[in-house]
This record gives sequence, structure tokens and C-alpha cells, in this order.
Amino acid sequence: MSARDRRLAELRASIPEVSPREARELQQRGAVLVDVREPDEVAQGSPEGARRIVRGFLELRIEEAVPDTESAVLTLCAGGVRSLFAAEGLRQLGYRNVRSVAGGFNAWKHDGLPVERPRTLSQEERERYGRHLTIPEVGEAGQAKLLDAKVLLIGAGGLGSPAAFYLAAAGVGTLGIVDDDVVDRSNLQRQILHTDARVGRPKVESARQTLEALNPGVTIESHPVRLTSANVDGILPRYDVVVDGADNFPTRYLVNDACIKHRKPNVHGSVYRFEGQVSVFWPSRPDRPGPCYRCLYPEPPPPEMAPSCAEAGVLGVLPGAIGLIQAVETVKILLGAGEPLVGRLLQYEALEPRFTQLDLQRDPECAYCADGKEFPGYVDYAVSCAAPAPTTTRSSRP
Amino acid sequence: MSNVTIRIPTPLRSFTAGAGEVAVDAATVGEALELLGLRHDGILDRILDADGQVRGFVNIYVGEKSIRSLDGLRSPVGGSSVISIVPAVAGGGSRGGL
Repeated sequence: MSARDRRLAELRASIPEVSPREARELQQRGAVLVDVREPDEVAQGSPEGARRIVRGFLELRIEEAVPDTESAVLTLCAGGVRSLFAAEGLRQLGYRNVRSVAGGFNAWKHDGLPVERPRTLSQEERERYGRHLTIPEVGEAGQAKLLDAKVLLIGAGGLGSPAAFYLAAAGVGTLGIVDDDVVDRSNLQRQILHTDARVGRPKVESARQTLEALNPGVTIESHPVRLTSANVDGILPRYDVVVDGADNFPTRYLVNDACIKHRKPNVHGSVYRFEGQVSVFWPSRPDRPGPCYRCLYPEPPPPEMAPSCAEAGVLGVLPGAIGLIQAVETVKILLGAGEPLVGRLLQYEALEPRFTQLDLQRDPECAYCADGKEFPGYVDYAVSCAAPAPTTTRSSRP
Repeated sequence: MSNVTIRIPTPLRSFTAGAGEVAVDAATVGEALELLGLRHDGILDRILDADGQVRGFVNIYVGEKSIRSLDGLRSPVGGSSVISIVPAVAGGGSRGGL
């Protein structure tokens, strides 16, 4: 008898084995099924609901998946051999209720038990997102969620630039960008997606070039249009989260209303000189719905009450800070990690400097998001202050 | 002796000669705003409508709470309350002029 066979015989004598069918029943009663095969094997299919921890990292990572050493654990490999070694390793760690699935995944499939094909990461993705994979709140499953996610950015400007930059870096798989503007030299004080050489070119094109250079694995969808009530329904529904970095009230209300209609979280940011605000408007949030922009401000200010174009302006760095908080909130929503900034308005006053959070309440009578209200339709507000100042893009359009 | 601080948002600081805070002595939010209006001509028109109600694009907070969840303009203040005026701001730092 070879050393290997002798060892296997010892393990078979000491590790209890279960059939795939018994394993499925135990799994449905709360046992944790751990698929210990290699990523390329798992990519072809794995038992439904299994935790996937490659054999080599099993002892190092099992506690994240199964914190209680009294829990029932089932190990599974391809044919039922590696799972014996895996089970032995877990027993030595102190897991007392460990069984190996006889016949492994081959027998599982043969018995017609449910299989899923988990999203797995390529070797290149593993390298690129390595610092995410080691965070329990992200990990491989979280990174797969980000890669499968679709985020729509309203504007590739001061807020959209930093948000898009970091969302692309984080591996958010699809980024849609809506912007009908072209790059102007005066944008470059803060709109870091663009470059001096691209002055006069469409912002969506410039944004695509920058983001693809940073992360070729991300799909950029360009929408070189101004968002209107006529086109919003054709663009917004296929995205998971909307990041609002618009520069005018008509677009902000349109984005709010469309997010309500299509039940999308709206990650809102705005800036003015040295101040910025962020909130997540999400009336359709499961379990704990939050207010919408109209709960806070039912109507936009009339043009004469809005800050005039001459008064406006922003410290170039400020939208960087605000856009990045929007990006963080977006990633949290996609991962389902932590508490989103729902029902709170985060204000950053840079000169003081001061961060404050204000409570936002749902308006039970809100015309757009109140429970049971029928969607009242979009409103095309007059643009109050989007007329370009003398140095803006319109004058420099080639 | 002032007991209430009113925080003036940047877009309204043209009415307060640039001041970011105005201190008043008041018992309610409404009273504090009235005193602010007496001291800084024109500012109240940006906050309240002709009927004296808070405009739809402005929110008033005492501490972290919106006065809508308290007692509106009758919400009591004092003991170093901070009143924040938070108007809607559209800017995304997108266009040259904004």
C-alpha cells in the first residue's frame, strides 16, 4: 500500500462521509457546504449556495465563513479525496462537526442536485483587485458584484470626474456617462478626467479615453446627450445606481423623478464655492425607504432666487472631495456594506472646516415618492442658471 | 446676550456682508429669522414667501433636525441652539460658469 493510500484509508476511517443528497439536505437545514476546489474548477459550476474557499487557503479563511467551530461543515471537492484532507484540516482547527461529501461534485452533478456557476475572477482581476479581495466586506463575491454592476453618472464634470475615476478603478463593470458638453480649458481646474490636449472634444469621449486607460476591464457607455424627459426612460432603467453630478436644477429634478419611477438609488452631490453636500435619495430602498430630493425641496427655486452664474464658482478641489464621497456611497450600495447615507444630508464646509449631518425625513405627502402615489410624470423646468458664462465651452466649440 | 447662532449658507452671504454666522437672541425659529431680516435687509425674502412660510427650496434646521419634524417656525430655540439655513444648490462643478 502506498503512503497516499494508507493515509486515505486512515482519513476514511476517521472522517464521516455523506452522500451528495444527504449533504444537500444538511445544507438546507443550515450546514455550511464548502467547495474547496480550485477557481478554474469552480468556474465550471459549483453546488448552489456553497461557500468557495480554495483548499490552500481553507484554514486561513474558514473563520470568516464559519465563525462558530460547533457549526456543521461539509467539505466538497471533485471526487471526494481532497475534501477528506480538507475536513481533517478543519478538525485540527477545532471544527468538531465536519463531514466530507463522498464522490464530490461529480457525484453531486450526477445526482441532479442544483448547481450554479459563480462569477469568478480572472488572474488579472485577482491581481488588480487584490487589495479589495482581502477586505471581508468586499472579497471575491463583493468584487464580482462590482464587476457585474452598472452605474450611471450624470455629468462628466467636477463631481462626475472623481466619481467615475474611482468607480472605474474599483472595477465597477459598466459606467454609463451622460454629458452633452465638450471640454473647455476652464473645466480643467477640477474636471480631472479631461486633459489640455482634449479641449474642444466631447466630454464623454475624453472620459472614455481616461477611464479605459486606467482600467481596460471596465465598459464605458457614452451618452452624449442632455438628459431630458424624452430620453431619460431610454437611458436610466438599465443601470443599478445613479450618481447625480448635474449642474442645474432641471436635470436634478428629472434625475430624482426618474430614479423614483425606475426605483434606483440616487447618489446626490452638489457643490458651491467652498461647500458641498451629499445624500443618497432612495425611496424604493428595501425595508427602510428614505426620502427623495423633492421631500427635501419640493420645487426648484425660480431663476431670480437661484444663485446667479456670476456669483457661482467652486474651489476646484472641493468637487473632488464630494464626488469621492458619492463614489464611496455608490460602492457601499453595490456591495450592500454598511449604512448608506439615506435620510441624512452630509454637508462639508471647507473653510471652517466642518462636516455636519442633517436629518432628512420622508415627506408623507410627497407628490413623487409618497407611498401609494401614482407617478405624476416628468416636469420640464426652465433652466434657471445653466447659461454658459463667457468662458465656457459653447464659445470654444470648434 | 445672544443665545442662538444662525448659520448663513454661502449663496445668502451677499446679504450679510459675507458673514457666515449671525447671532441673535430669540425664543423661536421664526423670531430668530425675523431678527435676522431686521438686521440684514433682503435676506428674509429668500427664505420665506409672501405668506411668511419657508420657501420650498429652503430648509431650516435646529441642530440636526428639520423644523418640519419639530414645530415649524414656532420650534423653540435657546441655550446656544444652532439654526442652519440650507437652500437647494444645483452646482456640480460641471460648466465653466458653475
